[in-house]
Amino acid sequence: MRYLPLTDTDRQEMLSVIGAETIDDLFIDVPAEARLTGTIAGLPDHASELAVERHMGALARKNLSAGEAPFFLGAGAYKHHVPASVDHLIQRGEFLTAYTPYQPEIAQGTLQVLFEFQTQVARLLGVDVANASMYDGSTACWEAIGMARRITKRGKALLSSGLHPHYVSVANTMAKFTGDALVHQAPTLDAATDIDALIASIDKDTSCVVVQYPDILGRIADLTPLAEAANAAGALLVAVVTEPVALGAIKAPGAMGADIVVGEGQSIGVGLQFGGPYLGLFGCKQKYVRQMPGRLCGETLDAAGKRGFVLTLSTREQHIRREKATSNICTNSGLCALAFSIHMTLLGEKGLRELATLNHGLAVQAADRLAQVPGVTLLNDGFFNEFTLVLTKDARDVVRNLADKGILAGVSLGRLFPDAPAIGNGLVIAVTETVTPEDIETLAAALEEELA
Amino acid sequence: MSRYFTDEHEWIDVEGEIATVGITDYAQEQLGDIVFVELPAEGTTFEKGDDAAVVESVKAASDVYAPISGEVVEANGALEDEPALVNSDAEEDGWFFKLRIADTSELEGLMNEAAYKKFVASL
Repeated sequence: MRYLPLTDTDRQEMLSVIGAETIDDLFIDVPAEARLTGTIAGLPDHASELAVERHMGALARKNLSAGEAPFFLGAGAYKHHVPASVDHLIQRGEFLTAYTPYQPEIAQGTLQVLFEFQTQVARLLGVDVANASMYDGSTACWEAIGMARRITKRGKALLSSGLHPHYVSVANTMAKFTGDALVHQAPTLDAATDIDALIASIDKDTSCVVVQYPDILGRIADLTPLAEAANAAGALLVAVVTEPVALGAIKAPGAMGADIVVGEGQSIGVGLQFGGPYLGLFGCKQKYVRQMPGRLCGETLDAAGKRGFVLTLSTREQHIRREKATSNICTNSGLCALAFSIHMTLLGEKGLRELATLNHGLAVQAADRLAQVPGVTLLNDGFFNEFTLVLTKDARDVVRNLADKGILAGVSLGRLFPDAPAIGNGLVIAVTETVTPEDIETLAAALEEELA
Repeated sequence: MSRYFTDEHEWIDVEGEIATVGITDYAQEQLGDIVFVELPAEGTTFEKGDDAAVVESVKAASDVYAPISGEVVEANGALEDEPALVNSDAEEDGWFFKLRIADTSELEGLMNEAAYKKFVASL
């Protein structure tokens, strides 16, 4: 996009057209006492670029960044290696556009990318169709709950205790305005998931059961009985995946009967980025496609018989349906979707499987080693690349102390569930391909010292 | 049986206390290829002018309003599998739903076929 600065003459011309003498005349409706005069207290007026760079650099150095330390943080945001080619390709001018293609016919390249993204996501999640795309995993999760309400015409969602608490929090915020009833309990430090309890809780008012896979403690359950029980009661199963790399190794939720599968796509192609922008994945069974939020890209033939791509099934969106839109969350996260798609393409099916195997192998090594530390118990029977340790003291203190020693030791359950002190000794450890055997040893030694 | 039309391009066939409602041939032609029709559930009651159904073409979704008040006694299930029926036979097999008429006096303000044709010609 060209940047065209205004000259004083331009400004004068515009002002004279609207009959104003100065720019301040445009603000006469703002009460004088509300207008800023002079500088803002506490902020310097201006500084040179060099001085600002130095200042910001000094502030940044106060952070212990993910790349500088043994890093075991996960719980919904994962540090994976993203090939440099991904970053290079997404910055090409054809792709680095500012906005969603609402005039799609002129953006065939973008549409083709989205079409391929949808295909990859649908295959990964094991569903018939996937959209392109959602804002992030937590909002995609809420959209699935809303979609289940529209389909079942019921308003009670059962949320697994293994669902990421931030996702629960987003759903609670939204439910305030829609009237959905959400049933949720904090997890227990237990090797078994709450699948049986969820099955027992399904009733005739249940719109959906929302379960995370692997869950917040890293546990993995067969979702088939839950899908069957939900469907038998006229409810839907919504499965949430926060670590899509896992699906390179374990069965996709769609293949176990989940009606709607949503996820956070950050792991593939998108860096940690201090928490965003991320990328929501959303797929479902074909029969529910009309109630799906967002848009789909379709492949078609033009008048001359040539292959082309169009935005289709976007008729329920805000730019067409206005206040009657199915959802107003179609911020496409297009660039993140592109990054996902490029990374996924570079990996291929075989590469994804290898990456998943590598993650799992290192996680097993870490779990074995850490379980040997006195005062540490491994909670999980099974896991992918993330598992929970039960310590002999509050994990929040442990994480803080280890951070002071330059080790980012995991996410404490006390931090994730501040209202559930009973699980405060739980520490969720994520191990990806970026963790080395030396990192694992460093963490084990530091934990040993900390818990002695 | 008598047929009425609205200026929102719906047609209504009245037989006894039951009214069959659809969109006109003119309307389907304006919409283009129809890919989906969302129909009201049986037992739903509408006031005149309520949103009763949604008809979607590839790039637009339009509301179909209840032309008169009443209770839905049947929806045309055939449209769920074959929405293109609205294109091929809008004013017969492509009907949307049947209403039990609540107030026959509401029919009075509607157009007959000749008046509707004249109305369409003026658009």
